[in-house]
Amino acid sequence: MSLGNNSPQSRPDPEVPPTDMRKMALAGVLLAIPIVVLLWVPHYAKVEPTLFGFPFFFWYQFLWVFLCSAMTYAAFRLTLSARGKTSHKAGEDR
Amino acid sequence: MTPELTVLAADTDGVNGVALAVLVVLFLIVTVAGFMASRFKRADSMESLDEWGLGGRSFGTWITWFLLGGDLYTAYTFVAVPAAMFATGAVAGFFAVPYTIILYPIIFIFMARLWSVSHRHGYVTPADFVRGRYDDRGLSLAVAVTGFVATMPYIALQLVGIQAVLEVVGLGGGDNIIAKDAPLFIAFAVLAAYTYSSGLRAPAVIAFVKDILIYLVIIVAVIYLPGQVGGWEAIFGAAEDKMDANNAAAVEAGLNPTSSFVPGSGAFWAYATLALGSAMALFMYPHSVTASLSSNSRNTIRRNASILPAYSFVLGLLALLGWVAIAAGTQPIGLDGEPNAQLVIPQLFEDMFPSWFAGVAFAAIAIGALVPAAIMSIAAANTFSRNIYKEWINKGATPAQEAKVSKLMSLLVKAFALVFVLTLDKQNAINFQLLGGIWIMQTFPAIVFSLFTRWFHRYGLLLGWAVGLVYGTVEAYQVVNPVTGKHFGGSTALIPGIGELGYIAVTAFVLNVVVAVVVTAVMRAMKVSNGHDETIPFDYFADADDPRVQKDLVEHDADVATDARAPHHEADGDDVPGSTPAR
Repeated sequence: MSLGNNSPQSRPDPEVPPTDMRKMALAGVLLAIPIVVLLWVPHYAKVEPTLFGFPFFFWYQFLWVFLCSAMTYAAFRLTLSARGKTSHKAGEDR
Repeated sequence: MTPELTVLAADTDGVNGVALAVLVVLFLIVTVAGFMASRFKRADSMESLDEWGLGGRSFGTWITWFLLGGDLYTAYTFVAVPAAMFATGAVAGFFAVPYTIILYPIIFIFMARLWSVSHRHGYVTPADFVRGRYDDRGLSLAVAVTGFVATMPYIALQLVGIQAVLEVVGLGGGDNIIAKDAPLFIAFAVLAAYTYSSGLRAPAVIAFVKDILIYLVIIVAVIYLPGQVGGWEAIFGAAEDKMDANNAAAVEAGLNPTSSFVPGSGAFWAYATLALGSAMALFMYPHSVTASLSSNSRNTIRRNASILPAYSFVLGLLALLGWVAIAAGTQPIGLDGEPNAQLVIPQLFEDMFPSWFAGVAFAAIAIGALVPAAIMSIAAANTFSRNIYKEWINKGATPAQEAKVSKLMSLLVKAFALVFVLTLDKQNAINFQLLGGIWIMQTFPAIVFSLFTRWFHRYGLLLGWAVGLVYGTVEAYQVVNPVTGKHFGGSTALIPGIGELGYIAVTAFVLNVVVAVVVTAVMRAMKVSNGHDETIPFDYFADADDPRVQKDLVEHDADVATDARAPHHEADGDDVPGSTPAR
């Protein structure tokens, strides 16, 4: 699956906004990391080391809530700047 | 409370009067809010799907956040997941945490494109998009029917949640067939009435109340309860002991040990595929798409993808409450005297909290089930009226007729769900959602792949869907609950070629994609037409207030007017990007 910067088919491309591909690729990596890490269960399915009484298995996944959130937000900022459009000002955060 | 209420629960330890009073008062407040909601961001007329079904497509980051949260964190979260943790441990229940984490990167990738193309063409449902992408009524019908049917067990799960609260508070149950389910019917009728009158605005408004209640209850529960039962170390210790004892008992009875404290090496595939499959399936449901499309900008969804994980943290804590209940020695016994794991969280609250706060907690759970039930029924109804009624029954339907049909179907869908609840085995509540996931995930290639490419052939997607659906249903049917001997007893089966247990939805999905690829290759070699695509590349990037939309819109409309192959452009007239945000 591409990140949304490919033309859906072989039509001429002027309709697609100019895109910084390196930033989009970086955003893609940031989005892929949590998916790969959390699906790779063997590396965290263990009890030790515990934290505040929580086995590793549990606190490690809670930790990824925040890491994933941060990575998704970074990817969000990257895609905004990669497309160079600033339409997100109006009507948000009311 | 009044004597007749006590009679309803004659064979239990009675009605918890204070808790019931608090529950009823909060329920009434929410009901009034639901009916008043039609004034919220008021439109001139509610008689169209954009207004009734998408709230005028005008919701910003915070409303969308509450709405999506109200949508995704449901009785599944408060009742089914902790119950699964309580009964069989981490593999059965805690996979919901990685599921709701990896969910957001996944939707980040495709949902903004779906938002853009939907706004450019006035799509309300995923099936609308598929119809526009391939101009293929068969494929669109497949997506619509799958969405409609897969939503029903999910709504049923919500009603199980409401029923669990009512049962613990002492209402319902008993021998009288009418009194037994009367409270559920009343809650159901109220829900149906305000959904009918206010549309999507009702759950959007109630979602605020719901989330405030939920957060209040969760914070109190996770701070107060662990201390009451000896701290987290004691809780994990008690859970480990119970899971070990479960497994020892299972081995003794000649069954496979299925309980787990931390997943063992035999359960890695199951844990990962349950998480991945659930995450990929969730945003194929019409209700998730509805909530996303009702946001006012393409980037609202992406921004939300980075703040919604706050709910995943809460979900993890809620899941662990299932183990707090183990440490607390909670006995979830139903009004019929049988143990019922689904009651474990309400029972824990009733045992551990003062009555008035138990009432607040019950209200949080019940309202937390009502909101998604309303959103799901609206979305399923939209799907019916757009993609089945308008497409196959009344082609010339006006927007007002469409809205009317949607309103009526929203009642009918809930009635179907009620039938599910009254007839199926409720011990298995989490399995309702997993079964729906097996079906709905088979629409993933047609929707998500098509957002990025038209390489796949419409017949390949249709055949892949059919194969995945049949395989998934047959496999799920063959899973027999070893205790009750019933079919559809679980959602994991051996993955062919790997020999480990995995979520059936993922296996069926892989099969689906393989079939789609092979058939596509054949169709392309034979040069079979892949239908007409009414979308253009720019559609996938459009944003509501992007100045370029205005300019390109003029050109696009000029193209459309001269393009005779695009029949439903002339008919629709709602092909305006972002409509007009109603703020």
